[in-house]
Amino acid sequence: MKTIYLAIHKYIESVGRAGVFLFQSLFRLPVRWDEAIRLYLKQIYSVGVLSLIIIMVSGAFIGMVLALQGYSILTSYGSESAVGQLLALTLLRELGPVVTGLLFAGRAGSALTAEIGLMKTTEQLSSYEMMGIDPLRRVIAPRLLAGVTCMPILAIIFSAVGIWAGMLVSVQWLGVDEGSFWSSMQQSVYFDTDIMNGVIKSLVFAIAVVWIAVYQGYVCQPTSEGIGRATTRTVVLGSLAILGLDFLLTAAMFGDF
Amino acid sequence: MEVYVDVKNLSFHRGDRAIYEDITLQIPKGKITAVMGPSGVGKTTLLRLIGGQVEASSGSITVAGLDVAQASRKELFEARRKMGMLFQSGALFSDMSVYENVALPLQEHTDFDEAMIRDIVLMKLQSVGLRGAAYLMPAELSGGMARRAALARAIALDPDLVMYDEPFAGQDPISKGVLVELIKRLNRAANITSVLVSHDVEESLSIADHVCLLSAGRVILAGTPDEVRQSSDPRVVQFLQGQADGPVGFHYPAPNYEAQLLEA
Amino acid sequence: MKDAKANVLVGLFMLFGVVAFVYLAMQVSGLAFNEKSNGYTIQAHFDDIGGLTDRAKVTIAGVTVGRVESIEYDKQYYMAKVTMSIDSTVDNIPTDSAIAILTSGLIGEKYLGISIGAEEDVLKDGDEIYDTQSALVLENLIGQFLMSAGGDE
Repeated sequence: MKTIYLAIHKYIESVGRAGVFLFQSLFRLPVRWDEAIRLYLKQIYSVGVLSLIIIMVSGAFIGMVLALQGYSILTSYGSESAVGQLLALTLLRELGPVVTGLLFAGRAGSALTAEIGLMKTTEQLSSYEMMGIDPLRRVIAPRLLAGVTCMPILAIIFSAVGIWAGMLVSVQWLGVDEGSFWSSMQQSVYFDTDIMNGVIKSLVFAIAVVWIAVYQGYVCQPTSEGIGRATTRTVVLGSLAILGLDFLLTAAMFGDF
Repeated sequence: MEVYVDVKNLSFHRGDRAIYEDITLQIPKGKITAVMGPSGVGKTTLLRLIGGQVEASSGSITVAGLDVAQASRKELFEARRKMGMLFQSGALFSDMSVYENVALPLQEHTDFDEAMIRDIVLMKLQSVGLRGAAYLMPAELSGGMARRAALARAIALDPDLVMYDEPFAGQDPISKGVLVELIKRLNRAANITSVLVSHDVEESLSIADHVCLLSAGRVILAGTPDEVRQSSDPRVVQFLQGQADGPVGFHYPAPNYEAQLLEA
Repeated sequence: MKDAKANVLVGLFMLFGVVAFVYLAMQVSGLAFNEKSNGYTIQAHFDDIGGLTDRAKVTIAGVTVGRVESIEYDKQYYMAKVTMSIDSTVDNIPTDSAIAILTSGLIGEKYLGISIGAEEDVLKDGDEIYDTQSALVLENLIGQFLMSAGGDE
């Protein structure tokens, strides 16, 4: 009984610490804004630009596979022109935000954890503190903000590339009429319910994943196994958080039948 | 003797393990104080306690009149501008060049313009002999050079107190010599209070004005290097001469040897 | 120098994101920004809308000329009241035109089709089309078929 109580207590305490950590990182305003912007852009580069290739390639393949699968089913009902609709809705509502989130957790999230963990292990974080520079403001905040900025952009790019690649497969290869491909898509896709909801989803996923990633790096055991464990935990917890949040968000956004 | 850092009745626990139990020691102003003791005795922790990075379980630490444990975050950050710390690994920021590393504290804490900062950085690098390496990245430096670069960064703001965490560990004899020379020169030239945490007996005793020997969470001796050398305390003698067995046992505590062999 | 190159790439990345977003908005959702502003609304009451949804298209001769704005239940008449927005360039729909709920394909979505009448007067903002034809509900059709088949014997 006592152990259960202690375990729950410990769990709640760690959630609380993570919350305080997020709050402190985001609400300590920078002293020098030009420097802060420079650090932020640098992180956008390493979090966003470096994730771009994997996002685009995955988006293209997933779009093409969806087009093939959708076509093979829809063609037996004679409504292969609806492949555009299927492609756009699946990508915008679900696969865009979710797959981008999972890839982001694997590519950028783990890199963030490892980088911050290494900074902790090599005493760089302590070094900032001893210099009278707040590491949360200097190291954590730009990474958090950059991650939250980049993920929706990446999700949009993922969906756009996927739709475009799916269009190539359907129209050029499978011979779906281009006009009806686009019109079936345009009739069923709504800017607010589909595109914006997708963006909102990816924004929520971004906050979850980047928060987990930087926090795991920040609290990891300062040893090489510690970094390894923290990196694994980032990917596992990040992916689970995305899938769980996706269910909640989908229920909230599309669940009111 | 003017006291710069005053540690009174300090206890510190990590989990259930006591690192320090009720220690009291003084670090005199403008002198080099060596804190020595075997590995695992928590020498680095002492520096972190002085810097206010970790909090003591009980007791007080006063640095230049400021009680570190009671200080607010702001006061603490203010106080740290007067402290420089050389970490064991150097802890140079790996995504910045040597120049940027040394310039960072100046950019953060002063209103100097770029030209002024540049001059100061070059001066500091010149004093550790690394002006030519200003535009190298930390990964391109050898261990000794990294430590010297980190030293230049630690003294960038002309601190009153510089703390050295194991500056000689893992260094070749030449690097050790260079570091000994630098620490000595800095202390004399700028009248900086220096705290040196180390288990390298020879180097430490050769430059220290004042020595504190720690063992098993307590101060076992505080005095001049000569007093340390002449001490007859078996714990001191064992540490200075590197005897394998003595008050600090060779064997980790274990059940009776014969009994355990015959057990199965 | 290294920073400058990274910043260019960051700029391109952001720009790429914006382009992708505009592409999704315009090409995929078919969003036209001037859609809402210039148009006039007309209404129609139906006995049964059978699955017509908001933003369904309104067509004349098969060409989309507007969209459904809202569908609500009209308590007074026990009917569904459908409000739709018609493109302002289509300003010559006779007042006696008829409107029907149609289905695109066998399982496609519902839309509205206007059949042009012969009156000189044209519909204005807020007017109503009185000649309406409700959606064909499959169950009702089957019911009618069975009834008429029963009546034959």
